[in-house]
Amino acid sequence: MRITTTVNGERREVDDVWEGESLLYVLRERMGLPGSKNACEQGECGSCTVMLDGVPVCACLVAAGQAEGREVVTVEGLADPDALHPVQTAFVDAGAVQCGFCTPGLVVAAADLLQRSPRPSDPEIREALAGNLCRCTGYEKILDAVRLAADRMAGAEVAR
Amino acid sequence: MSAQAPSTTTIGTGRIGDSPARPDGILKVTGEFAYASDLWMEDMIWGVTLRSPHPHARIRSVDIGPALATPGVYAVLLADDVPGRNAFGLEHDDQPVLADGVVRYQGEPVALVAADHPEIARQAAKRVVVDYEPLPRVTDGRRALDPDAPTVHPDGNLVRHLKIRKGDPEVTAPVVVELDFEVGMQDQAFLGPESGLAVPAEDGGVDLYVATQWLHVDQRQICQALGMPLEKVRLSLSGVGGAFGGREDLSMHVHACLLALHTGKPVKMVYNREESFFGHVHRHPAYLHYEYGADEDGRLVYGRANIVFDGGAYASSTAAVVGNGGTMGLGPYRFPNVHVDCFGVYTNNPPCGAMRGFGCVQAAFAHEAMMDELADRIGVDRLAIRQLNGMTEGDQNITGQVIDSAAPVAELLRIVHDLPLPPAATGELDLRSLPGGVSNTTHGESVVRGIGYAVTYKNVGFSEGFDDYSTARVRLETVAGEPLVTVHTAAAEVGQGLVTIEQQICRTELGVDRVVVHPKDTSVGSGGSTSASRQTYVTGGAVKAACEAVRRLVLERAAVSVGQAADSLRLEGGKVVSLGGEVVAGLADVLGDQPVEETVEWRHRPTQPVDPETGQGNAHVQYAFSAHRAVVDVDTELGLVKVVALDTAQDVGRALNPAAVVGQIHGGSAQGMGLALM
Repeated sequence: MRITTTVNGERREVDDVWEGESLLYVLRERMGLPGSKNACEQGECGSCTVMLDGVPVCACLVAAGQAEGREVVTVEGLADPDALHPVQTAFVDAGAVQCGFCTPGLVVAAADLLQRSPRPSDPEIREALAGNLCRCTGYEKILDAVRLAADRMAGAEVAR
Repeated sequence: MSAQAPSTTTIGTGRIGDSPARPDGILKVTGEFAYASDLWMEDMIWGVTLRSPHPHARIRSVDIGPALATPGVYAVLLADDVPGRNAFGLEHDDQPVLADGVVRYQGEPVALVAADHPEIARQAAKRVVVDYEPLPRVTDGRRALDPDAPTVHPDGNLVRHLKIRKGDPEVTAPVVVELDFEVGMQDQAFLGPESGLAVPAEDGGVDLYVATQWLHVDQRQICQALGMPLEKVRLSLSGVGGAFGGREDLSMHVHACLLALHTGKPVKMVYNREESFFGHVHRHPAYLHYEYGADEDGRLVYGRANIVFDGGAYASSTAAVVGNGGTMGLGPYRFPNVHVDCFGVYTNNPPCGAMRGFGCVQAAFAHEAMMDELADRIGVDRLAIRQLNGMTEGDQNITGQVIDSAAPVAELLRIVHDLPLPPAATGELDLRSLPGGVSNTTHGESVVRGIGYAVTYKNVGFSEGFDDYSTARVRLETVAGEPLVTVHTAAAEVGQGLVTIEQQICRTELGVDRVVVHPKDTSVGSGGSTSASRQTYVTGGAVKAACEAVRRLVLERAAVSVGQAADSLRLEGGKVVSLGGEVVAGLADVLGDQPVEETVEWRHRPTQPVDPETGQGNAHVQYAFSAHRAVVDVDTELGLVKVVALDTAQDVGRALNPAAVVGQIHGGSAQGMGLALM
């Protein structure tokens, strides 16, 4: 089948998609966007988190056909052309990246959280990221990164 | 094609003792870092594995006809298609690449399929008809050495028996504690599944891009299976999504190469999560029987232990795990009299091998519970009994090795004890912070708080006489008018941050800010394994030694041109300076268009095999000590627990990158907590 979606602001059309393919497979293998990761492919780990019409979803659980005519934002589309998203910078600065396989999903989920709730409490951060597994960091520095991003984004808001 | 992990470069400071940003950090947060499962080539096809549904069975026949007839399928391969020796393994090559006549665990690879779409390959694999005759199985490690146990391998079910004998075998003590322990299997569950891309080469060989912990040991095993010389099988490290020991053994390596060589096409293999659990070794389940004798003050008199590690169907690194579990089996304490028997056995369970802690973790559960029990029996403080018996520098461990560097057991315990405790739960309780959490199983009634302490120690580097070395090639040259260092090792970066450390060492040794980390591959000598906490020390040592060799040559060259003695010069800030810091020449000028490059192998001090009858000997290079304090709320009616705080103090020596060290400790503690709770 043919699928037409908007991905990271760009209209994309792909042919010969088998009906059983997930949005994750189409992004990674047919659109050349392997940033969303294939860690569990069963909705447990959140490493494939993308925004679908503004809502975070596990791309592995979305049938590719369900993305027809809709808008997808992946980790590759998070940064501005000239600057990383503050969450991305904070993950690097806080040491929240080790192997990095969970990172794309966490960055997308954390950016979504801070858009909804600019100054989240710790329990709120934990709940928002509860669907994202990391095996390297023990999560402490990931929490640090989200707090750091929230602080910096609030600071930028005030400065404006 | 995007098969090679990008080389990474960082400009700026970041020397030894600093915590500079990872050179791959930005690539990882933007999704641009190329992991093994991200690799793609225009005409690549997909490989999948058919695995045994039986833990032990004879294969009567296999019919690949229906699978091969599936449209889109390029190849279906069986044991007979393995051109070299159908066997691999880290210590003993006892594991077939594809099962030959018998399967010994559920999940053992039997056949391979390559097709132009992964789903077609999976469907075709289901059409391979295998006629199995189930055989008697042994699935309990404690039964594996019984005379009537089914044998997993022709030579029997014993992988290794380590005996440790010290002091008086008949000694008695006024206080005796005897307990049994059992530790279940644990999985590394690294997030990036086993993946790789094998590309057939014009010379008849193959190039493999793969996520692994040790390129050269993979290369040796792949070559044996393919029947090819080393130069025909070239490996490059692609991005690795975590490892924790689970990538020490081969997974899809040979399979992808076989399919690529058979079809003449690039073959990509990516396990899904279920297959990943079948596709790598696990932490050994262990059965431990311990008996301690002590005097009435709590001073240890003797320790006796019988430990069985269930190695599963193939040896992997079981013998070395037994080495660790036995030699460090009684923990970081002084024992005048010791009698330890530690066994590694074959069973029809999934193979077990390396996982973080490598044999010490199972033993730590037992030896620390023993110390608690002993303290309670005698009526002394649990912390105090550990401090009373804890090793200090100069003590002997149970193999008679003198601990000739810091052994701060009592001090680490004091540090964690003195850390502030989390506040007691008072007032309005947040359900999310109670055992059971949002499941709303308690409102605080029957919840009590406990505090536990534990210490342990673990070897750093490979042990028992292993020739444990690493190789580094360092090149210093002028690029665009500025000095540039390129550091090339085959040591795998799996997330721990070795690439950052390599840059820090080069900057420090050569006084040059711009350092490029060359992609990791087999075109340079072995870096040894990324395991046993050894890379910062051993590959770090090699990088430092290579830098020193480069520096010597550069300073000799500078000495000639400026007319001063080489030993009166050093490198700093991209310049050649005098010992007093006065600039003598620009480094770029000294180098001109003639790069300086040196390749060095570096070894740590040698270790020895232990005596086969007494287990005595200097088995290990050095040790890392740690202490933990856990504060845990327990619902005494339901048995649900909530870890309120887990604090640790660890002797890490000199932290070359403090932030990275903390990151490792966080992650390691979380994995240990996972074993304790799940």
